[in-house]
Amino acid sequence: MGSKNTSKEIVGVIGAGSFGTAVANILAENESQVILYVRDPEKTKTITKERVSSGQKLHENIEVTNNLEEIPSKCEVIFPMVPSANFRDMVIKLAPHLRPYHVLIHGTKGFDLFVPKQQKITSNNPLTREHVKTISEVIKEETSVLRVGCLAGPNLARELDQRKPAATVVASHFDEVIKTGQRLLKNDRFMIYGSRDLIGIELCGILKNIIAVGAGTIAGMDLGENAKSLFISRGLVEMVYIGKALGGNAQAFLGLAGVGDLIATCTSNLSRNFTVGYRLAKGETLNEIIDSMEEVAEGVKTINIVNQLAESYKVRCPITETLYKIIHDEMTIQEAHGYLMNFPFRAEIDFLDAQ
Amino acid sequence: MGRKKVRYSEIVPDKSEWPIVKLSRNRKTFIEEVTNEAYDHFLSNKRGTIREEIEMTIHREKLRMKANPWKVDPPDEKVYWKNVQARLLDINPDDKDRDQQEKEILKEIILRYSEEISGNFKKSAYRFAQSFVTFGFARLLNAARVKGLLSLFSRQLDIDDKLHVIGETEHIRNLAKKGTVVMVPTHFSNLDSILIGWAIHYLGLPPFIYGAGLNLFNIKILAYFMNSLGAYKVDRRKKNPIYLETLKTYSRNAMKRGCHSLFFPGGTRSRSGEIESSLKVGLLSTAIEAQRELYLNADDPDNVRKVFIVPVVINYHFTLEAPSLIKEHLKRTGRERYYVEADEFSTSYKLSTFMFKFFTKGSDISVNVGKGMDILGNYVDDEGNSFDKNGNPINVKDYFLRDKKITFDAQRENEYVRVLAKRVVEEYHKYNRVFASHLVAYTAFKMLERQNPKLDLYHVLRLPDEDLELDYEEFKAKYKKLRTRIEKLHKKGLVDMADHMKERATDSIAHGLANVGLYHDQRPLIKKKDKIIVQDTNTLYYYHNRMNGYGLEKYI
Repeated sequence: MGSKNTSKEIVGVIGAGSFGTAVANILAENESQVILYVRDPEKTKTITKERVSSGQKLHENIEVTNNLEEIPSKCEVIFPMVPSANFRDMVIKLAPHLRPYHVLIHGTKGFDLFVPKQQKITSNNPLTREHVKTISEVIKEETSVLRVGCLAGPNLARELDQRKPAATVVASHFDEVIKTGQRLLKNDRFMIYGSRDLIGIELCGILKNIIAVGAGTIAGMDLGENAKSLFISRGLVEMVYIGKALGGNAQAFLGLAGVGDLIATCTSNLSRNFTVGYRLAKGETLNEIIDSMEEVAEGVKTINIVNQLAESYKVRCPITETLYKIIHDEMTIQEAHGYLMNFPFRAEIDFLDAQ
Repeated sequence: MGRKKVRYSEIVPDKSEWPIVKLSRNRKTFIEEVTNEAYDHFLSNKRGTIREEIEMTIHREKLRMKANPWKVDPPDEKVYWKNVQARLLDINPDDKDRDQQEKEILKEIILRYSEEISGNFKKSAYRFAQSFVTFGFARLLNAARVKGLLSLFSRQLDIDDKLHVIGETEHIRNLAKKGTVVMVPTHFSNLDSILIGWAIHYLGLPPFIYGAGLNLFNIKILAYFMNSLGAYKVDRRKKNPIYLETLKTYSRNAMKRGCHSLFFPGGTRSRSGEIESSLKVGLLSTAIEAQRELYLNADDPDNVRKVFIVPVVINYHFTLEAPSLIKEHLKRTGRERYYVEADEFSTSYKLSTFMFKFFTKGSDISVNVGKGMDILGNYVDDEGNSFDKNGNPINVKDYFLRDKKITFDAQRENEYVRVLAKRVVEEYHKYNRVFASHLVAYTAFKMLERQNPKLDLYHVLRLPDEDLELDYEEFKAKYKKLRTRIEKLHKKGLVDMADHMKERATDSIAHGLANVGLYHDQRPLIKKKDKIIVQDTNTLYYYHNRMNGYGLEKYI
């Protein structure tokens, strides 16, 4: 107990994808002892041997494990960084070992979709927020952990690995979680902002992926920077509307995790979601693209979910709808482009109503 | 009747062992303790300087005394506050011990408030009041229901034929043996306070300390009962930080000493007739604070008396004050309005007339005791152990741990109170027991709305008489449909249902119509031949609101 100052804090990271690895490296560099959980046993062996994960060299303070239980038993603070499709399963396995003293800060940028087997989504029983949860909501549903936070912001993993400067937002209802995130992650090229709007910040990270796919198609069609900027700014408005309908507020979208992340993912071919759109525009099919990608592009799943939610909540979102039609082969990219150019958008900005 | 009568034994037969008795025995030291602690807390949390805080308090107290004086207010209070002001003015700003002098005044105000809040529990009075409620009411009941000369002495009917204490009754008895119970009932009527007091006695629990609105002490009969039931006084007119700190400290420290407590977390009676959807977190937070302090001060943090939150839902066919409550709700003339106390509960006479009516006509009340929870809303078993939704055991201590140490973090606890408040509201909806009277009101009001889709609420409430007739057959069909939905929700454990709801639809509707708003001058809903007639839209709306929050509107 008394040796708190001399012994390093042990921090857990779950998931060795590119962002998980990048976060593990930042933590390790900050004098934390990091345990990185890798799900695949074969991959665990390779990473342990080669000390490289998702193309990034591992810091010496990182220990790799394939034993999920080890994380909660040794670490009070845990960073789960797994795709949204696997998150609930992972957290259910983790739950029996979690206690209310644990702090969980996740970096997953997708929705959890859960429709009980006996239920069918129909027009009488539309998809709602009852079925679609943010990751922090999943954690609170499945575990006894209350001190939950999330990471969101323009954090392209490759750039973080190249030690280029960046910033992120740690959002939580708890100041102590924000402070913990700041303490563990902050260094002289990584700034950490805090926010209490957990749901709003989570929604930013999730919804911007839709726009990123769309921006990719515009780049793929080579329509130029004017068109892309037009698209991004209309995309932001659409994000705000969906976000508000799902329980966020406009403010978050104007910050680092909203506009900030949007610009990064919509303009960089380092972004997976952008790449999906780009390759679609170049004529590949969605299946071909997904099969050839190493990591999940959350945007595709998000487009499907948000398209249905928008119907349930009667939110007009032409961009999501159009992208939905594209990925379901109901519309070609050229048709979609023509459609959006002629879409009667409302006033340029009307969500900042005076309060 | 055929209902099996249950008799609960007292869980702590030795009255000198009751925490509340111990507390009242040490009343003086307890008040001192509260004063000192509230003073320390206040000094470390205050926003302005001591002088500013005192000045603001004087100002607010003066406003209150002028705008809204009550019978119970101490006769010397005008002089008192004038005096405080004079003393504050007398302090020379250049004085070296100026700070000390201001602190003295502060402490004195806190002491005055503690005395004011503190209850005056007496064992003997308690016993008298209890037996008065139990036997007196039983006499009335028998006189009214059982014919014959000797019926006044009949023991055929007891108060529990009229008042049904149901739900997790054995569970709360177990919890009261293991730890400190904090009962948080819904609040619809001033009658709630007496009912709950009786229910606690009926369940064999030792008396609870009781956060009762000071307005109740305006009525002599009630004041007597409240005092003897262990009530402490919550004066909702006083919203100054010094008072609030003192009140919270009183509640917290009583809990820390193991006193079972009771307060209405909704703050005031529900004006709309709706189940509380948001709670006042002030007193609720004292449960969390008490638990944390018990952990902090314990030699062995794994062996600490736990605080249990027990939601309770009281169901009436009829709320005496409904007409004025709903009127007030509809007017909503501003937020900082003072409480009007001129409703049906304002005098002893009106109250006794109601009591008589209540016991002489048939109308049942149920007190539904919910499952116990820890201070974060996790269910606990009979031993008081907490479990999460998946059945994994939880150590409540862990919620206060940071770096393996028990810590105090005010912002964290603010969040915890929100979590707890949300859980209590969820439980209210689960333990809300649907009476046929609620459902007939809901059906009728929703039909009115459907028939006039273009009108907003206020216009629906002002529909002309000729538009206030509903076809009975159509009404019955809708009622049945809604009832099926409620049965489904009931099976899922999302709402409770009275037994009379399970009768044939015609009978269940008849039961509802016979009881809805029974004693109001104007019955909200009656049946005339093949028509259902709405006689009072306001009270109908009030009773209808009880069924809000279950998504029923989709099923009509």
